Amino acid sequence: MSKAARTLETGAAWLLGILWALPLAYALWTAFHPAQFSTHFVLRAPLTLENFAKAWDAAPFARYFVNTVLLVTMILAAQLVLCTLAAYAFARFSFRGREVAFLLVLVQLMIMPDVLIVENYRTMSRLGILDTLGAIGLPYMASAFGIFLLRQTFKTVPKELDEAARVEGASMLEVLWKVYVPLARPVYIAYALVSISYHWNNFLWPLIVTNSVNSRPLTVGLQVFSSGDQGVDWSIITAATLMTSAPLLVGFLLFQRQFVQSFMRAGIR
Amino acid sequence: MNRWNVHVHGWLLLLPAAVLLVTFTHYPTAATLYHSFFSTAKPSRPSVWVGLDNYRAMVEDPVFWQVLQNNLWFALGTIPASIALAILMAVWVNGKIAGRGLLRLSFFTPTVLPMIAVANIWLFFYTPGYGLLEQITGLFGLPSHNWLGSRSTALPCLIVVTVWKEAGFFMIFYLAALQSVSPHLHEAATLMGAGRWYFFRRVTFPLLMPTTLFVLINAVINSFRLVDHIVVMTKGGPDNATSLLLYYIYDVGFKFWDAGYAAALTLVLLIILAAFAVGQFLFLDRRVHYQ
Repeated sequence: MSKAARTLETGAAWLLGILWALPLAYALWTAFHPAQFSTHFVLRAPLTLENFAKAWDAAPFARYFVNTVLLVTMILAAQLVLCTLAAYAFARFSFRGREVAFLLVLVQLMIMPDVLIVENYRTMSRLGILDTLGAIGLPYMASAFGIFLLRQTFKTVPKELDEAARVEGASMLEVLWKVYVPLARPVYIAYALVSISYHWNNFLWPLIVTNSVNSRPLTVGLQVFSSGDQGVDWSIITAATLMTSAPLLVGFLLFQRQFVQSFMRAGIR
Repeated sequence: MNRWNVHVHGWLLLLPAAVLLVTFTHYPTAATLYHSFFSTAKPSRPSVWVGLDNYRAMVEDPVFWQVLQNNLWFALGTIPASIALAILMAVWVNGKIAGRGLLRLSFFTPTVLPMIAVANIWLFFYTPGYGLLEQITGLFGLPSHNWLGSRSTALPCLIVVTVWKEAGFFMIFYLAALQSVSPHLHEAATLMGAGRWYFFRRVTFPLLMPTTLFVLINAVINSFRLVDHIVVMTKGGPDNATSLLLYYIYDVGFKFWDAGYAAALTLVLLIILAAFAVGQFLFLDRRVHYQ
């Protein structure tokens, strides 16, 4: 390829890269400068953290953070336990009805809780747990995706290891805990990262089942805040927006490779 | 372990997950069908069997057809564009381009941001009068335009946001696939004088086909599942121009509280998703590498 063509291509790649970074760069600019500079780009504009302080004081973001962290932790913990047990059953027990049961599990890959909002709301209402963190998390705890991913991994564990542990007198659950779980560590990490980002960012279902500060996660809190009586002070709204995505964003910047690999591993399966 | 034990242990291990899956996936799927044949309960009148009335109302509901059409355009607007961009990004980031780490970061970052945050940022971008887009078009002397407020541009604006958010996510799958393409192929093709575009068209692209099918399924599901940005940016407006099927279900179910009609609409969405599931089973299953 000629040198000119290569330069042109690099230029095009960079143009796209800048275009892709622009919205976030714009948000950063707006959030860290006083309101009068929000659409006014001067190199010497003073930096400020006041927008963040104002946003923090204007809505119970501390509570929203706690809710989101609790929610994400609760869902992940439940997913890890439930998916591990189910995946072990599918990988190593040829019980009656296994194939049909596995197909029924896979149904959830297509029909996700995200689209069953009307009926799941009815169920939560009947259970009397509307507006709780439990109601947000329950539909996601048995994850077909997690079961599938772990089953694939468990199947690659040599049967001899399993049998050796049993000969030494380990019980079924001890074998699972001491042989299978340690070998699947990278898959657990990948799954955890994907699950955390998914549920940190999840919005529609939490919006539907919550209606108080006590159970609202960050995403819903942000929406209530930015569509509320803020008027349109974009500096503050943008600061709040960045604040809510900051933990994930910082985590991503620090563990970039790990994130990309996890998303990849989880997707390709 | 004797044979009887295998069955009991297998089911016991599966039980906790099975209970939740049945309660929140299989039961609601069946209940959607059942409730779609009933009227919505009102304080004065309990829910009664109405047969196909909800479906009759749906066929006569112009908003339903509008929403389906929107969803089709949304899918056609987002899927090919994000896949094409994803391939382009992956080819660039996979090559020896200057600053490739930064480029990859820039392309992938939208993926980790919450859609709701992204939507807020873009909402500001599109703001009439002083949003960044207005400032840029203003530089070229173009008249002010309410991008999200007019029927003709609102849906394309949402398509742009979605493509921006998704392309980097799809890029990583192509990147993984490209890294598994043998460098010898490229050497051989170069020796035989094949041009770069020719090589891409005849060698790389066909090799990426399984990845494209996988990404395609994901993109299709997303186009029916993701409506967060609509809640933030347009609320389905102006005049239902940006309402997608799931957003309409949300509107009918939780703003008009018409559960019967919402159930009928949900069933349509489930049928669409199931059709893709069957399609995936028939076409994709052979191509994905199960171990």
